[in-house]
Amino acid sequence: MSDNKGDEKPVESKVDQEEKRVGVFVCECGVNIGGVVNTKAVAEYIGTLPGVKVTSVNKFTCSDSGQADIQSKIKEHNLNRVVVAACSPKTHEPTFRACIEEMGLNQYFLEFVNIRDHCSWIHMWEKEKATEKAKDLIRMGTERAKLLEPLQASEVPVTDKALVIGAGVAGMQSALDLADMGFQVYLVEKEPSIGGRMARFDKVFPTNDCSICILGPKMVEVARNKNIKIMSYSEVKAVDGYVGNFNVKIEHKPRYLDVAKCTGCAKCSEVCPVEVPYDFNEGFGTRKAIYVPFPQAVPLRALIDKDNCINCKACAKACQSGAINYDMQTSYTDLNVGVIIGAVGFKTYDPEPRHDFGYGLYDNIITAMEFERLLNAAGPTGGHVVRPSDCKEPIRVGFVNCVGSRDKATNIYCSGVCCMYTIKNAQLLKEKRPETDHTVMYIDIRTPFRAYEESYNRSRNLGVKFLRGRPVEVKEDPVTKNIKVRVEDTLAGEMRNLEFDLLVLATGIVPNEGIGQIQQLLKLSKAADGLLMEAHPKLKPVDTTIDGVFLAGCASGPKDIPYAVSQGSACAGRATILLKNKKAITEGITAVVNPDVCVGCNVCIPMCPFQAIKFDEKAGKANVVKALCKGCGTCVAACPTGALEQSHFKNNQILAQVKNVFKFQEVAV
Amino acid sequence: MSTEAAAGTPKSEGWEPNILAFCCNWCSYAGADLAGVSRFQYPPTVKVLRVMCSSRVEPAFILKALKDGADGVLVAGCHIGDCHYIDGNKNAEVRINNTKKALEKLGFDKRLRLEWISASEGLRFSEVIRNFTEEIKKLGQNPVKKPQINADERRLDTSDISVNMRSIANVQGSEVK
Repeated sequence: MSDNKGDEKPVESKVDQEEKRVGVFVCECGVNIGGVVNTKAVAEYIGTLPGVKVTSVNKFTCSDSGQADIQSKIKEHNLNRVVVAACSPKTHEPTFRACIEEMGLNQYFLEFVNIRDHCSWIHMWEKEKATEKAKDLIRMGTERAKLLEPLQASEVPVTDKALVIGAGVAGMQSALDLADMGFQVYLVEKEPSIGGRMARFDKVFPTNDCSICILGPKMVEVARNKNIKIMSYSEVKAVDGYVGNFNVKIEHKPRYLDVAKCTGCAKCSEVCPVEVPYDFNEGFGTRKAIYVPFPQAVPLRALIDKDNCINCKACAKACQSGAINYDMQTSYTDLNVGVIIGAVGFKTYDPEPRHDFGYGLYDNIITAMEFERLLNAAGPTGGHVVRPSDCKEPIRVGFVNCVGSRDKATNIYCSGVCCMYTIKNAQLLKEKRPETDHTVMYIDIRTPFRAYEESYNRSRNLGVKFLRGRPVEVKEDPVTKNIKVRVEDTLAGEMRNLEFDLLVLATGIVPNEGIGQIQQLLKLSKAADGLLMEAHPKLKPVDTTIDGVFLAGCASGPKDIPYAVSQGSACAGRATILLKNKKAITEGITAVVNPDVCVGCNVCIPMCPFQAIKFDEKAGKANVVKALCKGCGTCVAACPTGALEQSHFKNNQILAQVKNVFKFQEVAV
Repeated sequence: MSTEAAAGTPKSEGWEPNILAFCCNWCSYAGADLAGVSRFQYPPTVKVLRVMCSSRVEPAFILKALKDGADGVLVAGCHIGDCHYIDGNKNAEVRINNTKKALEKLGFDKRLRLEWISASEGLRFSEVIRNFTEEIKKLGQNPVKKPQINADERRLDTSDISVNMRSIANVQGSEVK
């Protein structure tokens, strides 16, 4: 890692000696601020503060005309500091930094005051108090602005390799797009095969094409691509570094056979005497302790499930290529990548612990994922949907929507896909066996995208019944094992007692296992619902607050397949900006040592989480390696002599704000 | 500052606490933003000061704020384990707890609070502010200083300036200039 920031000279500016000439620009944000805060009064008050040469109120400061106003006032009044009082710096600081930079001002001469999110929006009914608070906030910012010093953003080199975590359909799309653009991609998947959840679906809505038939070729394409290195049955264990330069540790779980030798012939499975429930089929049917994950698996290699292996060594005898190795150990790979795409996927809501609608209590209640496997021609029943109690094909099938979605007791959000897959499931079974009778019990039917409503209409035309209401009671008939449901038909306004041979629960999408670990490793934010947060819900849907880290697919919220694929491509596009430019711009905010004051006490060195402070033996002083410093300021607060300062957050700059918070005066004692 | 709204009520009842909140850029500041975006209303008693990490907050800043008359100081950072800078918030925890201990002797410890508020906890941000405001209301005004603006409306009885005034003056010695 090159210390490219280290040799940079501190920026000296004539401005420091100059008189501070501040311009304050108050934004009304339409009525968002202007409807609560009396912006005219605020601007009038701020205009009286020392050093403020001009104030201006704009309807939208971020608009072309608003920015033009800033630029013309900079010229007209020869301003050398700019305060913008508007929305959040988290979204708009770059806009205004660029705006003043165009006028030849250092971009760090901008002070951004948040009077919308932190004032007008939260004090909507207290207009006068909000106006007073806005005055205080802008006064703090103005006083700080006068002390701002010029800084330069630094460039860091970007390693032109990418890591994609999760090889579901979103992650595979990211990997393919990046690889096709010529970048080396490492595709890490914790399961023994790539493909993700989509590999388990039978057919996919709204066009009802066979899921594995469209996914399989994509999986093979990923495997064939020379720029993609698949790391299946592997997990990310450590991430360190920053945009352009992430050091990642990957753990490869032992398969207990040599992948290079294994041909995926599954001869070993034939002789293995151990049978365990088949997880790929949602627990229906069995697999052996040594097994190939599923027929279309990529890589098509077997693995031994050591938890269930009895060490009979029958597989070693059966394997003609001698691939079995019982002593295989966990191994690790260290990677250096420039960008990371997190496509960690989802799992379906598990109704077992709460016994939602009797699931887990009665045999003939299954989840939609289980239904999906039963419906699949390669599934445990060869595509015959049977009920678990007696393996008979059901005639009357009930579907309950919104299980684990739109429910305060589980998840309040809508999973977005359950209406559509229920419509599809009912349709498929009805087409296969027209004598069946289907009833979908729903809260609302949501069919927002292309050809979805048409699919819904098709189900209705096929004779699938839609009943608006949620079951209030689910019981099992002890003799027939049929499911008796009491449900209010809210459109007809009457209670209905229905009897089904099989009841299918449309379980929602919930955060995947291990999402917390990925969140901590990548330093991402997690929302209250357990899903990862994007940088901006609308304008930066695949970016995160961490530069160089992107999110695709269900990690950041429920999505259907086209949406997940789009996000995969979007991530690849966003990542390419960094990979192609081979450089990234990082904040100029770092810690700085004043060697005249430093006594070499070494208090700061262990404080730094990035080992960015080195002790300069020759000078006997601390030295900050700027390329490693992230600018948190931990060391600055720890320095007992005040030799360390955090640029842009210097003691005098912060204290200027503190002093001006309340505008109190000393009381003579 | 904002006593106009309380016009018509006795002046002593119109008093509203003044709280300074140091928020880390990555979690708590974004949490405060989310409270705004979600329009979770909370009393206009708090002013947010953005720092990159909660660990940047020096005890001197807190003492300065209290000396200057802040009725309460909130330091907010990412939850433990979620720190953008790996473990800056752990350093903040040690530092703020030590400051709290020092303030305990002066009877000011309840005016300092450390909270972990994530970027997704807009509701929690508003709840913390509401709750802290109530607590400060119970404690009453900071006896050290009185306001300059609208001083006539919020004049303090000088007898409020308790013995604590002298003690806190001693702490100021440790302040960075």
